[in-house]
Amino acid sequence: MANHTGSLPSRLWSLFRIFFHIGLCSIGGGYVMLPMLREEMVSKRAWVTDERLLDYYSIGQATPGIIAINTATFVGYGQAGVLGGVTATVGMVAPSLIIITVIAAFFQHFYDVALVQSAFRGIRVGVAVVLAAMVVELARKNLKDVLGWSLCLAAFGLILVARVSPVPIILAAAAVGLCRHELKRRSQS
Amino acid sequence: MSLLTLFVTFFRVGLFTIGGGLAALPLLHDEMVGGGWIVEERFVDMLAVSQSTPGPIGINMATYVGYTTAAVPGALVATLGMVTPSVIIILLIAKFMQNFAGDPRVVSVLGCLRPTAVGLIGAACCFVLVRSVFATGIPLFGGLQVDATAAILGLVLTAVRYRTKLHPILIILAGGLVGMVVF
Repeated sequence: MANHTGSLPSRLWSLFRIFFHIGLCSIGGGYVMLPMLREEMVSKRAWVTDERLLDYYSIGQATPGIIAINTATFVGYGQAGVLGGVTATVGMVAPSLIIITVIAAFFQHFYDVALVQSAFRGIRVGVAVVLAAMVVELARKNLKDVLGWSLCLAAFGLILVARVSPVPIILAAAAVGLCRHELKRRSQS
Repeated sequence: MSLLTLFVTFFRVGLFTIGGGLAALPLLHDEMVGGGWIVEERFVDMLAVSQSTPGPIGINMATYVGYTTAAVPGALVATLGMVTPSVIIILLIAKFMQNFAGDPRVVSVLGCLRPTAVGLIGAACCFVLVRSVFATGIPLFGGLQVDATAAILGLVLTAVRYRTKLHPILIILAGGLVGMVVF
């Protein structure tokens, strides 16, 4: 992983700033955070590779907590250890804290405004576009063999058609990984 | 409602939320409405606001409920409770992964998790598409309908995204601006 250079305080400050920005830009559900994160971490700064981001995401899905927070902690830890993990998380939640507190205090009926609702119909379309573009790119880079395609399609189908929760799917994929390793080891010995 | 109870409650929600922020909703509903802290309608209002403001829904809900029960300290404590389990567990896993990054078993497992994650994100993308473009409008096959305005907006935004490589937030905001005019 390409680590950010510079003193610890300057690294922490950049982590805070970047995750504050990502938290602020994640409108329309937690999944939007992924394209944002990818743009900031992979495309712009090359701090993390696409593969690493998928690792974080799949582990974040299968462990307790909100995925956005799990991913923030993971990336922060990779850049600046425990303090980095905490700083990235604080940056990620700070916009929520500020915005929701202001809304709860002053604009309780914010969502009832018709214009806000039409804006959100448009925002959801934008979210779908951004997500779809990212899925296409991730698929192109990460599905390289029959096993990869099978795992991807199986996960996709199980969620969409059978409405299985992501947790057993991730655990099953991990088990496949362990079996594959075991088979390889046996065939070599 | 003491701040300690608020912290413990949200710590519990954070700990048992597995598989994304939306998974926190039934838990939150149970704790908040079931526990008699908040009435049902208020919960639904909070959900609408949390979904339509920046940030993860789970965090927005925690801040909102915390603020409603104990003002600004409540908002801080509830949010802190919600993220603490994540931070502790992920730091432990990250440390483990750093130490075992070269282990062939870990490499093999991660090699299988990545394509699976692509499938999961693809499915999430379909859910968003169904909600935004295929929820109402002209009937297609199998009960699906297509909202022509949303579909055209989606195609235009896709073209813009591929042509210009604009930052995702600009695509989303453009959707919002056009949405105010056309919907």
